[in-house]
Amino acid sequence: MTRLMALLGGCIAALVALPALADETPKHGGTLTYMIPADAPPTFDGHRETTYATIHTAAPYYSVLIRVNPDNPSSTTDFTCDLCTEMPKPTDGGKTYTFNIRTGVKFHNGDPLTAADVAASWNEIIFPPKGVLSPRSSNFVMVDKVEAPDPTTVVFHLKFATSAFLPALADPFGWIYEKKILDDPSKGPHWYEKNIMGSGPFKFAGYELGQEIKGDRNPDYYHKGLPYLDHIIGIFAPKQATRVEAIRSNRAAIEFRGFPPASRDDLKKQLGDKITVQESDWNCGSVVTLNEKKKPFDDPRVRRALSLAINRWGGAPALSKIADVRTVGSIIFPASPLAPSKAQLETIAGFWPDINKSRAEAKRLLKEAGAENLTFTLLNRAVDQPYKYVGIWLIDEWSKIGVHVTQEMLPTGPWFEAQRTGNFTVDLQANCHSVVNPLIDVQPYLPSSVSKQNYGNYEDPEEMVLYNKALHETDPQKQHEDMFQFAKYVMDTKAHKIMVLWWYRIVPYRSYVKGWKVSPSHYVNQDLSNIWLDQ
Amino acid sequence: MHRYIINRILLVIPTLLGAAALVFALMRLIPGDICLVRLGSGGTSFTEQALQTCHAEIGIDKPWIVQFIQFIWGLVRFDFGISMWSGKPVVDEIASRFPVSLEVAVMATIIAVVLAIPLGTISALKQNSWIDLVVRTFSIAGIATPSFWLGIMSILLVLDVTQAISGHPWMPPIDYVSFWKDPIRNLSIVMLPALTVGYRYCAVSMRMTRSAMLEVLREDYIRTARAKGLVEKIIINRHALKNAMLPVVTVIGLEFAFLIGGLVVTEQVFNLNGIGRLMVLSVQNQDYTLTQALVMLVVAIAVLTNLLVDLLYAGLDPRIRLN
Repeated sequence: MTRLMALLGGCIAALVALPALADETPKHGGTLTYMIPADAPPTFDGHRETTYATIHTAAPYYSVLIRVNPDNPSSTTDFTCDLCTEMPKPTDGGKTYTFNIRTGVKFHNGDPLTAADVAASWNEIIFPPKGVLSPRSSNFVMVDKVEAPDPTTVVFHLKFATSAFLPALADPFGWIYEKKILDDPSKGPHWYEKNIMGSGPFKFAGYELGQEIKGDRNPDYYHKGLPYLDHIIGIFAPKQATRVEAIRSNRAAIEFRGFPPASRDDLKKQLGDKITVQESDWNCGSVVTLNEKKKPFDDPRVRRALSLAINRWGGAPALSKIADVRTVGSIIFPASPLAPSKAQLETIAGFWPDINKSRAEAKRLLKEAGAENLTFTLLNRAVDQPYKYVGIWLIDEWSKIGVHVTQEMLPTGPWFEAQRTGNFTVDLQANCHSVVNPLIDVQPYLPSSVSKQNYGNYEDPEEMVLYNKALHETDPQKQHEDMFQFAKYVMDTKAHKIMVLWWYRIVPYRSYVKGWKVSPSHYVNQDLSNIWLDQ
Repeated sequence: MHRYIINRILLVIPTLLGAAALVFALMRLIPGDICLVRLGSGGTSFTEQALQTCHAEIGIDKPWIVQFIQFIWGLVRFDFGISMWSGKPVVDEIASRFPVSLEVAVMATIIAVVLAIPLGTISALKQNSWIDLVVRTFSIAGIATPSFWLGIMSILLVLDVTQAISGHPWMPPIDYVSFWKDPIRNLSIVMLPALTVGYRYCAVSMRMTRSAMLEVLREDYIRTARAKGLVEKIIINRHALKNAMLPVVTVIGLEFAFLIGGLVVTEQVFNLNGIGRLMVLSVQNQDYTLTQALVMLVVAIAVLTNLLVDLLYAGLDPRIRLN
């Protein structure tokens, strides 16, 4: 009887659920208008640019070899094939990855896409020829060579086995260009700076400089049934208020980068269930860098004290209501399997559960270092979210251990220059990445001679030993422990870096937009092939 | 007259050269590096080689003097070079945005002139009456209200009112189309920013018209005209207004020159892809070539507008001789 009732209940529940399921069946057609939070991309060339403006503009027109699973983009380990037929198992002790390339794929100009195009594109990214800019080449220190032995096979030979390789290969900027164009002396790699010609779900249909970019459905797309949309229009708008108003007035349906909490709340209040919100931890973190060439910041006790003063556990919930930050974590993205557990995290200076004990220790360290009445200027970037908010909060936190801090806000150019020339004492930075790949993402924390982006001005061979151990370790358990040791060394033992909080990505959009899933990065999952409109 | 015009045009050359030297030096005195902004903003850990490649590609690895000579030589040949940020010809970058700013500037000027001159004149003629009070309040509010604030408020007002009435918030389109392609859509995009900017423009011109008219109306020749028994309409239109127009024309000319390239925030608020927005972007990105070209453009427009105003002076006041 009980079984019968359960069965009946199940049937009723299934019937009730049917309309909802039917509603979620993707529909073909329509035009998605979306906002791009930039004036315009510098160029269309994903191999040379690092800004999301290039991704949000041109990613729908290109294919990649592998990518973060578009149906599960919040995962930090789920990678799937785009142009390959199946994810390969590494051979040769983890040093060789052989990818089989789909057949029948065509570039938008009608030419067939083969393994030679894939290999040529990756060779340009990893081993850029003289005069070709490739900022991501440093992500591929493990790659020895890339070759295409036949039209359907691409082989990556690594110098050493490492789990950092596949996430690096899933880089959303790794667009596949046509070898014929790359090799053409009259065109070459620079041709892609001003032209769009890929094999992605949409075909480039037009571009108005600084205004909009248009694409049409690619009928020859190799993922059958995709894309759902007939047309896409990306409208450039650098000002946030314009983008929020555009979504409110339905001039645009979505903006993929993310809005601050206040904009989400306003849109929800004004439009109710016409707005859907997806949120995620963001692979961007606010980090304080201390110039170790300047006293007293050459003293690890002072650096530790500054980290110990910050009440991350207590401050994060309040700060998350007004700024794009939320999650407390180490220098390793919190949702990554390599991130330390909460118990481990609480052993690191500044992450102790008892803030009073932590601040007492901070004061003791400052006294011991002879820096009790410490005063300094915090260099910050003149950008609202979340720089200004986090900077002001930090000043308040440091005042609680008797440290007096003033803030200097500089526009992006002078801010970079001040960092690079060492013309600062303490600096609030952001470390922002695409695919979660902690082994590569922590590169900006490596000593200054190794990482050009570490403005701490220090050398530390011991740190490199710890990093290389983690980079070369292939056993997940051991690698987790190695990464914890590395993080603890950087954040506590030497306190080279003060990790503040991880950013939080909030994407409110028109509820008729379906199929898109938020990821920890605004660079990822932007080919728009799985988006459909329920209207 | 012709000699005067030729002299004035020749004077433009040293003015432009001076402006060119100034903007060249100032841009390079601002701390920063376009390549760092480009490579560092995406969080990628770039190599020193990538930085050097970027420097060589855009030519900022060369000595300043070489860069300056190249800039001036380009200027002489009307070749403004390639944008360091986008790699596109600077002329293309400006050409695609100039019509937007020009259209807003022209529309704002039309709104300003159509409203300011009659209202300013009436205000002067009805001095200290309730009409004068209303016009003065209107103009002072226009001067005191920042255009960008007014712009934001006007968009929010449109959104709130349409939502309250129909349940669906509405705002003008944000993707610019040219007037020739779709006039109705174009006007619906440009009207609100033109009104927003035109209000302040109108307020300034209106106050100038009023004060100039008040001054002229107290002149002896107006008294003489009245003593001759001339019709009041003729006195106002032919004798008073024409003479009062000299400072008004100056203000209108200066404001128009400012609007080309000066609508920095208004263009952002209304998502207009104009010269002002481009100027901010080029300075932010430390795009030397583009900034230099834009400053040259604004200087040239200011100089030519001044020349035009001077020529109009001669037309308005026969006592002025352009020799």
